[in-house]
Amino acid sequence: MTETATSSRLAQNILLFARTLRAAGLPIGPGKVIDAVEAVKAAGIGTRDDFYWTLHAVFVQRREQREIFDQAFHIFWKNPQFLKRMMSMLLPQLRYEQPDEDRQEMAMRLAEALQGDRAADSMAEGEADEEELEIDAAMTFSEREILQSMDFEKMTTAELAASKKAIAALKLPIMEVPTRRFAADSRGRRVDMRATLRASLRSAGAIPLKLKSPKLRHPPLVILCDISGSMSRYSRMALHFVHAITNDRDRVHTFLFGTRLTNITRDLRQRDVDLALDRVAAHVKDWSGGTRIGHCLHDFNTKWSRRVLGQGAIVLLISDGLDREGVEGLEEEMVRLQKSCRRLIWLNPLLRYEAYRPQSQGAKAMIRHVDDFRPIHNLASMQDLADALRQAAMRSDRPASQGTIGGKRAA
Amino acid sequence: MAALPADIDQAQALLKAGNYVADRSLATAVFLALKLGRPLFLEGEAGVGKTEIAKVLAETLSRNLVRLQCYEGLDVAAAVYEWNYARQMIEIRLAEAAHEESKERIAADIFSERFLIKRPLLQALEPDPKGPPVLLIDELDRTDEPFEAFLLELLSDFQVTIPEIGVVKAAAKPIVVITSNRTREIHDALKRRCFYYWVDYPDAERELAILRAKVPGAGMDLSREVVAFVQKLRQRDLFKLPGVAETIDWTDALVQLDQVALTTPAIDSSLGALLKYQDDIARIRGSEAAAILEQVRTDLAAEAAKRLLQH
Repeated sequence: MTETATSSRLAQNILLFARTLRAAGLPIGPGKVIDAVEAVKAAGIGTRDDFYWTLHAVFVQRREQREIFDQAFHIFWKNPQFLKRMMSMLLPQLRYEQPDEDRQEMAMRLAEALQGDRAADSMAEGEADEEELEIDAAMTFSEREILQSMDFEKMTTAELAASKKAIAALKLPIMEVPTRRFAADSRGRRVDMRATLRASLRSAGAIPLKLKSPKLRHPPLVILCDISGSMSRYSRMALHFVHAITNDRDRVHTFLFGTRLTNITRDLRQRDVDLALDRVAAHVKDWSGGTRIGHCLHDFNTKWSRRVLGQGAIVLLISDGLDREGVEGLEEEMVRLQKSCRRLIWLNPLLRYEAYRPQSQGAKAMIRHVDDFRPIHNLASMQDLADALRQAAMRSDRPASQGTIGGKRAA
Repeated sequence: MAALPADIDQAQALLKAGNYVADRSLATAVFLALKLGRPLFLEGEAGVGKTEIAKVLAETLSRNLVRLQCYEGLDVAAAVYEWNYARQMIEIRLAEAAHEESKERIAADIFSERFLIKRPLLQALEPDPKGPPVLLIDELDRTDEPFEAFLLELLSDFQVTIPEIGVVKAAAKPIVVITSNRTREIHDALKRRCFYYWVDYPDAERELAILRAKVPGAGMDLSREVVAFVQKLRQRDLFKLPGVAETIDWTDALVQLDQVALTTPAIDSSLGALLKYQDDIARIRGSEAAAILEQVRTDLAAEAAKRLLQH
């Protein structure tokens, strides 16, 4: 085999590796691949460690990408003989394998990325004979359809994983409200005097009017998520949802509550969803226990509402409204909460049942004081929520809250 | 121009001279900020006397106070400078009437300092015969993040760039005091440049001293009772705890009502000066207030007896 053939083989493998990383969520463009090839050429392939850090230097641009890179590297360039063979001008043997069920979830994501790539590449290059083929049929189109309407509670682990992925791809539309800042806009309604005067000096004769209009910005979002026993299946999915939102826009604050209130905003800033949820799990002590909604809302109102509800925040309350304690004080806290935010949206997974009417005392007390009431038990309902947020009404057109069971849809 | 304090004791004395009763930790923060020329970042609940510190500093150091009240949407035009458009337009018209042809000359003319309206931040950079002013950036949390980012340049280099004129640099660093009610978190990058101080509710002794200084018209007995009552109230589970400003207002109100000591009816009728939320007022008014008052009287009587024994 010739020199050029080897280096092109190396380049191809780096390209494959880059694609794997991209599929796993790292922002890597073609430019990076060229950089990587050049870097590897410049650094030479000495030891495995050198090779690792060379690629690391090129591909990793943020602290939170390190874990994914590390795992990807070890899976992709798995064969210990690889470098030796590479140097002796042999083809690298790439092995893609399905990780065991008990492996970390992150590896799962990576495996999917690997397999997805594999399928495409082998078809394109027709070199499948050299490598083992193992294509997972999960997440084909029709299956995705079924997932859309499947209840989180009834899903198998594999299905849950698939919907987690779908959720991560779910972007919350950014509902925007006008700010008091202005930006140049040729169709604006106000005259931008400064720009006009500057323009007047450039042109002779008439002064061209420059216009401006208010800038738009989305209001802060505060999410209160119930993690008690009755919510356990949903709250995990909800957390994936929340993580996706947190990383999609700024000014998102998240609190979890079961028997007590925990602020997990900082934990969720971790870009990698699995790491972020690990941190949350380490931080939160009352997973799947009882619920004390009234107590937790009281905590939120007194300790946090002034700090996070400024500037007209929208509050998402994710809960089934089943309270272990009595409803003592719950209603007052709901009133206060609703009054301190732009819009209070209650997401209740129990709404999946057609005939659901708030029966528990807690739910009855809560429903009187929310602006909107929606299901959140499957992907379709999350999409609905996204649509609702896009058109989220302003404070002024709050509906009469009594019995507004809006957005309800057959699951 | 009064000299800056040379040590913490002097800083404390300085604040005291301005009728501000500060504890040692606050005096330390003030001293460091003055000594090292860094901004002082004061955070705390509403009504604990954050803004007052800047006012007192300006007064006791006999400097001018330049105040920038923040609000959502605060921009450069309102905070730093703006061009006087009306005058500029007239000037252009005049230049045309005088057949002034050169665009450059007109531009140089209308974008000169004559047509500049100076807003607080620019004013604070100007030379001042009384010495560099005290710049109070009040309630920074009310504005948005872009303005915060703008402040970074100002607070590290004390300069402002005006595209048409150039860089305006402070002749001498102003004394900067920033306050925040913490309705949102201020970015770490800004806090990093400042001395941070959390202004807490005062303890009973200091609150009494503040009250004596601010409402000299109130009798000693009334002041004692008021402070004890408010201190007890702060241990309750209220939505908004009363700040020092509320204590002062309430005492003022009681004095206006000709009260020499606290009574349940007087409390009930004037509670609105102390508590600002209907839920809180409803909870405290009546029997709860009476119970607290009872407790306060018992405590004060015990204290008085103790004092008597010591003499």
